[in-house]
Amino acid sequence: MSTTIDVPVPAAVEPSALPLRTLIKTPIMLGVVTLAIALLIALNARSGDTGFRLATDTDFFELPEVTLPSTATVAVIVALLAACTAVSALLVSRARRTPLWLIAIFSVLAMTGFLAWAAAGKTVPVVGLLGGSIALAVPLVFGALGGVLGERAGVVNIAIDGQLLFGAFAAAMFGTIVGSPWGGLVAAMFAGALVALVLGFFAINYFVDQVIVGVVLNVLVIGLTSFLFSQVLADNPQKLNAPDHFSRIPIPVLGDLPVIGPVLFRQTILVYLMYAAVVVVAWALYRTKWGLRVRAVGEHPKAADTVGIKVNRTRYTTLLIAGLIAGAGGATYTLVSVPQFGQEMTDGAGYIALAAVIFGRWDPVRATLAALLFGFASNLSGVLSVLGSPVPSQFMLMLPYVVTIVAVAGLVGASRAPAADGVPYRKG
Amino acid sequence: MSTNDEGQAVAENPETPENPENPEVPADQKPREPGRFDGVLREIATGNALVAVLSVLLAMVIGSLMILLTDQDVRDTLAYIGSRPSDFFNAVGTSITDAYTALFRGAIYNTNVDGFELRIRPLTETLKFAAPLILAGLGVGLAFRAGMFNIGGRGQMLLAGTAAGWVGVGMDLPMAVHLPLAVVAGALAGALWAGIAGFLKAQSGAHEVIVTIMLNYVGYYLVFYVLSKQGLLQAPGSLNPKSKPMPESVILPKLLGDRFSLHLGFLIALVAVGFTWWLLNKSALGFRFRAVGENPDAARASGINVGRTYITVMLIAGGLVGLAGVNQILGTATSGVTVDMDAGIGFDAITVALLGRSRPLGILAAGLLFGALKAGGFSMAAAEGIPVEIVLVIQSLIVLFIAAPPLVRAIFRLPKEATA
Repeated sequence: MSTTIDVPVPAAVEPSALPLRTLIKTPIMLGVVTLAIALLIALNARSGDTGFRLATDTDFFELPEVTLPSTATVAVIVALLAACTAVSALLVSRARRTPLWLIAIFSVLAMTGFLAWAAAGKTVPVVGLLGGSIALAVPLVFGALGGVLGERAGVVNIAIDGQLLFGAFAAAMFGTIVGSPWGGLVAAMFAGALVALVLGFFAINYFVDQVIVGVVLNVLVIGLTSFLFSQVLADNPQKLNAPDHFSRIPIPVLGDLPVIGPVLFRQTILVYLMYAAVVVVAWALYRTKWGLRVRAVGEHPKAADTVGIKVNRTRYTTLLIAGLIAGAGGATYTLVSVPQFGQEMTDGAGYIALAAVIFGRWDPVRATLAALLFGFASNLSGVLSVLGSPVPSQFMLMLPYVVTIVAVAGLVGASRAPAADGVPYRKG
Repeated sequence: MSTNDEGQAVAENPETPENPENPEVPADQKPREPGRFDGVLREIATGNALVAVLSVLLAMVIGSLMILLTDQDVRDTLAYIGSRPSDFFNAVGTSITDAYTALFRGAIYNTNVDGFELRIRPLTETLKFAAPLILAGLGVGLAFRAGMFNIGGRGQMLLAGTAAGWVGVGMDLPMAVHLPLAVVAGALAGALWAGIAGFLKAQSGAHEVIVTIMLNYVGYYLVFYVLSKQGLLQAPGSLNPKSKPMPESVILPKLLGDRFSLHLGFLIALVAVGFTWWLLNKSALGFRFRAVGENPDAARASGINVGRTYITVMLIAGGLVGLAGVNQILGTATSGVTVDMDAGIGFDAITVALLGRSRPLGILAAGLLFGALKAGGFSMAAAEGIPVEIVLVIQSLIVLFIAAPPLVRAIFRLPKEATA
C-alpha cells in the first residue's frame, strides 16, 4: 500500500518512466494476436466471400453491402496488424508507451479479420452485432459506473451483482404494482441504494472487510430474491411479475444515420440514460468540488479529514449514489426485452462489471469502454453461433473472460487502485 | 480491489481489528504463540464463541420473520387480527414450529419414522452434505490465510470433477488403483486451475479475485465443451452435455452400508482438516503462508519468496477445493459429470471459510452447520413448501453478523470484547 501523499492522477497521464518490462507487454500481446490470426488462415483457410451488411431499412441513404474475399482480406489484415505491432515495438524501444489509438485500430482490424475468416460464405449483420452489444452492455456499464464511484471513494464494491439482481427484482415487482416501467426504474434504483446502505453499514460503521461484505451480500440477495420469487411472485405472476416494458425510442435525425443511427440512437430510454450517466459521472468526478472530495477521500482519507472533509459521510453518500446507478442497471433485466424476473437472472454480470472497473483502471469512461467490450464479446458469440462459425460456441463464450485474464495480467498489472481503496477510516 | 500489487491493503492495515481475513492478529489483543489455542478453544477463551452462537440465533430469527411474512395463513389471520388475535398468534406459532421441526427432522433426527436406523438417517445426510463444504471451505480458508481471496471454487471443482470423471470412465482398472488415481487426478486438476491465479499474481500482480472469477467462467465453458463433444467425455450416442455414469471401481465406498448414502468423502474431508491444521500450525510452509498473509512486505523483507508462496498456497488450496469436486462426482452424484455438478458449493465454501474464521477446526464446525442447514432446508421445502433459498439467506446473515462482533454485542447489550 502506498503511503505517499500523491494527488490522484488519471492513469492516462502517467509519466513514461515505466520500466521496460511493463512497456514491452503491449507489443508482445499485439504480436501474439497477429500470429494467432495468421495461423487461422495458415491452418484452416476458408474459401468464399464474407459479406458485411451495414444498412437497415430506414436510413437516410443505404450503404451498400461490403463483400470481401475471405482469405485475401485476412492476409491483408495480418500485414496491417504486423505493421501496428512493429510501430508499437519501435515506440517501446524508445521507452515510449503504445498510444491507445493504435491499440484501438489494432483491435478493430483484428476483429474484422477474425469475422472475415469466421463468417466466410455468409453475411455479418454489422448493425445487429453492434446494436445488440450496446443492449447487452447496459447493465454492465451501470454496474461499472457504480463500482468506479465506490472505489474512488475508497469502498470496494463487490456487491455490484447483488445491486443488479435486487434492482431487477424490485423493477419487476414494483413496475407491475405501479403499472409503469418508470415506477419500476425508481424502485430498482432504491433497491440498489439499499444494498449499498447495508454495505456501508458493515464496511464503514463496523469496519468489516469490504470484500467479504460484498461477497456475502451477493449471496444474501440471491437467497432473498429467490426466496421471495418462489414464495410470493411465482404464485401471482400477473399481479406481481409482469411489468410493462420500455419500448425503443428512435431519436429523430440521429436515429436515421446509417450504422450509427440504429446502433446508438434507436434504443430504449435506459440506453440514453446510460449515455447521460457516463457523462455526468465523469464530469462530476473530475470537474466538480464534490468529485475532488470523493477522490481525496479515496486516496488519502487522513489528509482529507485534516482539511475538513467528512470522510465517512462522503463515503456513504458516494456509495448511495453508486447504488442508485447500479440499481438502474438492474432494471435493464426486467424492463426491456423480457419483462419478467427470474431467479439469479444476472448470472454473475456484477462480477463482470467489477472486472470492467479494474480493466478500466477506476476511470468511468475507460470502465464504460471495457463494459462495452464485454457486451460486444458476448453478443459476438451469439451472432457467430447463428452464422455457424467453425469455432465451437463454448470457446466463443469463453473469449471475454480469457481476454480479461490476459488484460489484467498483461496490461493492467501496472495500474494502481485508489490508495485507500478497501481501507476503513478510523478517526484519530 | 484493495491494491493491484501483492499488497493486501486490508491485511496490512494495523488499525483494523476484527479483520475476519486475518483473525490471528486483532490489534487489541496481545500477541500469542500461534497455534497454541487454535480453533474452538480460543474462541471460547475470548468470548467469540458467544458471538458466534448469537449470530446464528439472530440469523435464525430474521429467517423466521421472512417465513412468517410470506406465510399465507399468517397473512390471512393478520387481516382480522383486531377481532381475533389468537388466530394470528396460533398461525405464527404453527408456522415457525412446523418450519423448524421440519428442519430438525431433515438434518438430525427424524421422529416421524420407525426404527433407529431410519430415524438417524438425516444426520448421515448432514454429514454427506457437509463433506464437500468442508473440503472446499478448507481450500478457500487456506488461501485466505496467505492473503489470497479464492473465489474460483466453482471452476476448480468443475475441472477437478471432470478430471476425476475422465479417469473414471476412460480407464478400466481394479478399484485399488482406479479410485486413488481418479481422486489424485481430480485434486491435481483443481490445483493446476487455481495455480494459474497464483502464478499470474506472482508474475504480474494480477488480482486473484478477478482472475479466479474469470477462471470460473472459462472452466465452465471448457467443461461444457468437453461434455458436449462426442469422443471427448460426452456419453456415446447422447445429445446432453453429460458423461457416462461412473463405473463401480471408482465410486467412493459407502461408510455405513448401502442403506445410507454417506460415503468415504466425509472421511477424506476429516483427513483434509487434519492435514490443513498440521500444514498451517506445524509446518514451515504454513508459517510462510501466514507470514505472507499477515504482511507480505515484512515477509519479503525477512527473506520469504512471496511470489512462490502465492503459487504454492493456490496449488494446495485448489487441490482441496478439487477434492470437493471429486467428492461430488465419485461419491454424491455418480450418474455422470455435468456442468452444474458444483451445485453452488464453490461459493458456499466462501461463507463456510468466513464462518470458520479460516481455521481448519472452525471450518469443520461451519461445514457441519451448513451441511445440516442444507439437509434440513430440503426437508423444509418438501414438508412445508418453504423455498430452500431461505438457507442461503440464513447462511449469509450468519456470516455478516459474525464478521461484525460489535454489532452483535450492541444488539444483545453485551459488554465489550474481553482483551485476554
